[in-house]
Amino acid sequence: MTPEELEVLAKDSQIARSQSPHSLNVCMAAGCLTLHSREVKEALDEEVKRTGKLCRVRGVGCMGLCSLGPLVVSGPGDLLYRNVTPADVPELIGTLDDAPLSRLQCSREQAFFARQLNIVTENSGRIDPEKIEEYISVGGYQALLQVLTEKTPAQVVLEVSKSGLRGRGGAGYPTGLKWGTVAKSSGANKYVICNADEGDPGAFMDRSVLESDPHRVLEGMIIAGFAVGATRGYIYVRAEYPLAVKRFTTAIRDARRLGFLGSQICNTQFSFDVDVRIGGGAFVCGEETALIASIEGKRGTPRPRPPYPAQSGLWGMPTLINNVETFANIPAILRRGAEWYASIGTAKSKGTKVFALSGKVRNVGLIEVPMGMTLRQIIFEIGGGVPEGHKFKAVQTGGPSGGCIPEQFLDLPVDYESLREVGSIMGSGGMIVMDDTACMVNVARYFMEFCMSESCGKCVPCRAGTAQMFELLTRMTEGSATLRDLQLLEELCDMVSNTSLCGLGQSAPNPVLSTLRYFREEYLEHIEKKHCRAGVCACAPAEVSA
Amino acid sequence: MSLTAKKPALPSEDKRWRIVSGTMRRHGFSRDALIETLHTVQESFGYLDKTSLRFVAESLRVPLSQAYGVATFYHLFTMKPPGKHCCLICMGTACYIKGADSLLATAEDALGIRSGETTPDLNASLTTARCIGSCSLAPAVVFDGETLGNAEPIGLRQKLEGWRPS
Repeated sequence: MTPEELEVLAKDSQIARSQSPHSLNVCMAAGCLTLHSREVKEALDEEVKRTGKLCRVRGVGCMGLCSLGPLVVSGPGDLLYRNVTPADVPELIGTLDDAPLSRLQCSREQAFFARQLNIVTENSGRIDPEKIEEYISVGGYQALLQVLTEKTPAQVVLEVSKSGLRGRGGAGYPTGLKWGTVAKSSGANKYVICNADEGDPGAFMDRSVLESDPHRVLEGMIIAGFAVGATRGYIYVRAEYPLAVKRFTTAIRDARRLGFLGSQICNTQFSFDVDVRIGGGAFVCGEETALIASIEGKRGTPRPRPPYPAQSGLWGMPTLINNVETFANIPAILRRGAEWYASIGTAKSKGTKVFALSGKVRNVGLIEVPMGMTLRQIIFEIGGGVPEGHKFKAVQTGGPSGGCIPEQFLDLPVDYESLREVGSIMGSGGMIVMDDTACMVNVARYFMEFCMSESCGKCVPCRAGTAQMFELLTRMTEGSATLRDLQLLEELCDMVSNTSLCGLGQSAPNPVLSTLRYFREEYLEHIEKKHCRAGVCACAPAEVSA
Repeated sequence: MSLTAKKPALPSEDKRWRIVSGTMRRHGFSRDALIETLHTVQESFGYLDKTSLRFVAESLRVPLSQAYGVATFYHLFTMKPPGKHCCLICMGTACYIKGADSLLATAEDALGIRSGETTPDLNASLTTARCIGSCSLAPAVVFDGETLGNAEPIGLRQKLEGWRPS
């Protein structure tokens, strides 16, 4: 494959698309599929065949507004239709030449779409994720060819460093620095691993990216392989995401067919191949050393670092591990330049971040915003705020490693540092909005139960500490705790976070610490008055409830 | 060059063992194919048992203890035969905030079993998931592989009671 050949492929695909005056794109990502979008697509296919209308019906990736699915986009004009059912199909096809079908139309001007900035998700909902030609037609694999033919590995690492991209898995380690370390490490083999073990409950960004634009992640991985000198890559995907596994496997096969994977890629000396590994449902495998153990076919238990995987990772070889979203940013950075990327975001956090907005908020779905947007803009403008009759209480970010952020910090610009300052973390991007029906003690107990069950059991502070903290929190929700228990809980938080082996244990106390910091009065009410203001916990004394 | 020890014979005539063997062959009977192979066993047979663990361990030359360790470490692997029907309740944060715990209580009551168990007649299993990523449809329940969004206790009970053998 040469740059010229790539251009021809892209042109062909564009011509094929322009041949029919109309197009209907149906979302075929997990959210809409659950709402029977496949039936809608089949009905559209049949109706087009029956009426002989010149219209291309395609299955595409996620369009973001998952709560109003199934979503269909009609082109030209980019009209978005929501809650489409097979019964609406004849009318949809019948009115293609007329005015938009206002009954189902959903405004593209609304804040949910208008306030977003799409880089990672730029192709989501616009291309068929199962066809490599469609990815190529929107500029896909251009960055890879350019890198292979015009750049040295060191130049690629420098470009990524200059972009200011930081790891999107949660910790925010500078990506360029990590690439540089792996590139400098020596070993007989080097590996690139894509961490798609998206275990945080309430996070579905990686799933959506893999289902909607798998080639983008693959291209990022191949470029990373070239930059660090690796010959083999692995993507570790949760078994809970069968559709993502299927689409990524298809992407690998198609990329091999066109010579983007395999030996001597695009007639250069560079060889690289990628394999899929499926997880076994263990949250701890999101931790990089545990993930490596799992790829090696062992139990997913972490080990002490250093040595970091960049020096000694998979089978003791230098290994680069990045998250799905990190890799998905790479093609755009190399195609459009590091300066362009660095111009987006805040001083220390560059680019955009994809968030999975869910919980008690009107517009539930997947959004991508520039770093530095405030929580208020995200929740109240894009998310449309909390549904009628209830009041915003907190937003949870970072899953079981993060914390609950109360109303007073809603004007905080979202980036890695600011979230850490208020006791939460960016995390992988789950954002769960809670209203006054949520009890913060119960939420803390929920996350502690999660960490307790997911602790791998290797180190004592995490294994025993999370169980003890869970017991104390349970006492509080049941109304049998004393103030001494609260003190003990705080001591345990300190001990577990400072002495655990890996990130799971070190961050397990975060949900407790953040709720104690901002909602301490709720804890005291549970302990002293046996009262749960949200009415969730059964801590009220028997005589009151009787 | 490898010292290829003789591969153990397939445990029985059952054709599904060939599928399992195929997975191992595709990975060159490498030890790190253990998890991949166990996935294939579970897909083919529905669960892992002593026979399959022993067969896989011997074929890949890993200690039986390691195979057992892996099988019990990962939540996805089960060593009990599953029921004819399976109900999975998502306990992710978004689902939990929207009442997944009451759905679980309803399901436990309707089936008369606890989460992680199977009815004595092997008709239905009840499990929970950490998060199935269907947060936009919270709370979500999966009936025999089909996801239902915005689930409510009443509908859930009806569905589960409909599974009862008449």
